[in-house]
Amino acid sequence: MDTTLKVEDLHKRFGQVEVLKGVSLSANTGDVIAMIGSSGSGKSTLLRCINLLETPNSGRVYVNGELIRMKALPDGSAKPEDQRQVERIRSKLAMVFQSFNLWSHRTILENVIEAPVHVLGVPKKEAIEKAEALLAKVGIADKRNFYPNHLSGGQQQRAAIARALAMDPSVLLFDEPTSALDPELVGEVLQVMRKLAEEGRTMLVVTHEMGFARDVANQIVFLHKGQIEEQGVPSDVLAHPKSERLQQFLSSTRH
Amino acid sequence: MDESLAFLMSIFPRLLAAVPLTLGLTLISGVIGNLLAVPIALARLSPNPFLWGPSAFYILLMRGTPLLVQTYLIYYGLGEVLPGSFVQNTFLWPYLKDGFWYAVFAFSLNTAGYTGEILRGAMAAVPKGEIEAAKAYGMSPWLRLTRVILPRAIQICLPAMSGETILLLKATSLASLITVWDIMGTARQIQKETYRIYEPLLAAGIIYIVTVFLLTRLLNYVERRINQHRAAPQSA
Repeated sequence: MDTTLKVEDLHKRFGQVEVLKGVSLSANTGDVIAMIGSSGSGKSTLLRCINLLETPNSGRVYVNGELIRMKALPDGSAKPEDQRQVERIRSKLAMVFQSFNLWSHRTILENVIEAPVHVLGVPKKEAIEKAEALLAKVGIADKRNFYPNHLSGGQQQRAAIARALAMDPSVLLFDEPTSALDPELVGEVLQVMRKLAEEGRTMLVVTHEMGFARDVANQIVFLHKGQIEEQGVPSDVLAHPKSERLQQFLSSTRH
Repeated sequence: MDESLAFLMSIFPRLLAAVPLTLGLTLISGVIGNLLAVPIALARLSPNPFLWGPSAFYILLMRGTPLLVQTYLIYYGLGEVLPGSFVQNTFLWPYLKDGFWYAVFAFSLNTAGYTGEILRGAMAAVPKGEIEAAKAYGMSPWLRLTRVILPRAIQICLPAMSGETILLLKATSLASLITVWDIMGTARQIQKETYRIYEPLLAAGIIYIVTVFLLTRLLNYVERRINQHRAAPQSA
């Protein structure tokens, strides 16, 4: 199988605090990996190191087999060797944020076509046709001329998912996509994500939704204090946690 | 009193004829100044001290000295230096004999300082998440600036920028001191010709207030158009 995403020995420090202490991970095409762990475990940082919203101090990230070239700096940090390469790779890794981060000065349709037209160079007409299909798919076709502020959180997040899909990404990165939503709006977003998983999209999902992790993911990664503590198939990992940390974490999230 | 009123009315046509010049001065200086404000704000936000240092100094200079001093320095200072220099042989020379372009020069630089500072604040206020999304979707620094940061920042500081434009319109009256026959300049001319002090000033004041009122209406309209996303939702 092709490895769509591979992360090797990733380290990240914020000042004196080491948030990631050597994390390795790989995703094949069609994998849905749920990353769980208590807050501060480094799961969001891991996701943000993959598309270089945070710059890892060391480690390697491969996307479709291509290594993101980094160079070490004397102060122990690192920076990308080629910013263009980073931009190109980012456009294949579409991210869905906890707080949506739609561009509030553009309508929903404009949000969805923005990056395809200006980053990928897709002709506008084509981008609009595709965007309309995607908005229909996430169930907000009627909201295309609205501004983000006029939509509910669930609708905004579905628009953000449409924006991500418009890039034809190799991997979808979800950073706690339902954590900022009112409880009654969580379901509509999870339903869209479930549909994407069934289509065979490669997804990396940082989440607190244990139900989603159990039913939709084919792999669970449990992070604790910047390291992968346990990992495997959901039925295994969730039903028979080996480490004490995971047992504790699961009992605290199960009500 | 009647005679005074009659005189007041009689000078209106001449003063009104100067309105286009005042508006032109405001428009040209406003456009150039606001364009210059963009690199100034960008430099001001840069972590590089060789960029933000000069930018901060420039803003301090423009905001910390009277516009009249700046205008005089540019008019008399450049007026001293330029004749006899290479500029005399360029296409610029015909323009540089006219006080109008010195006024444009001074007002543009001044506006750039004020708007630069306003824009700096607005750019810093653009939600970090929206910039992060732009990064995450592969936008280059240039795209992030032109597609996300600047449009958002301009929306944020539009009310302050409209205010600056109104202040600029009134400040252009200083151009009358360097031989520009704008509304104020024309009023001063009438004063000298007729030895009447108050009527020309009063008439000029009336014309300024009406112009400001109309400009305010126009700017409010523009603001509403640009900030549609804050208004109530419209049907699809």
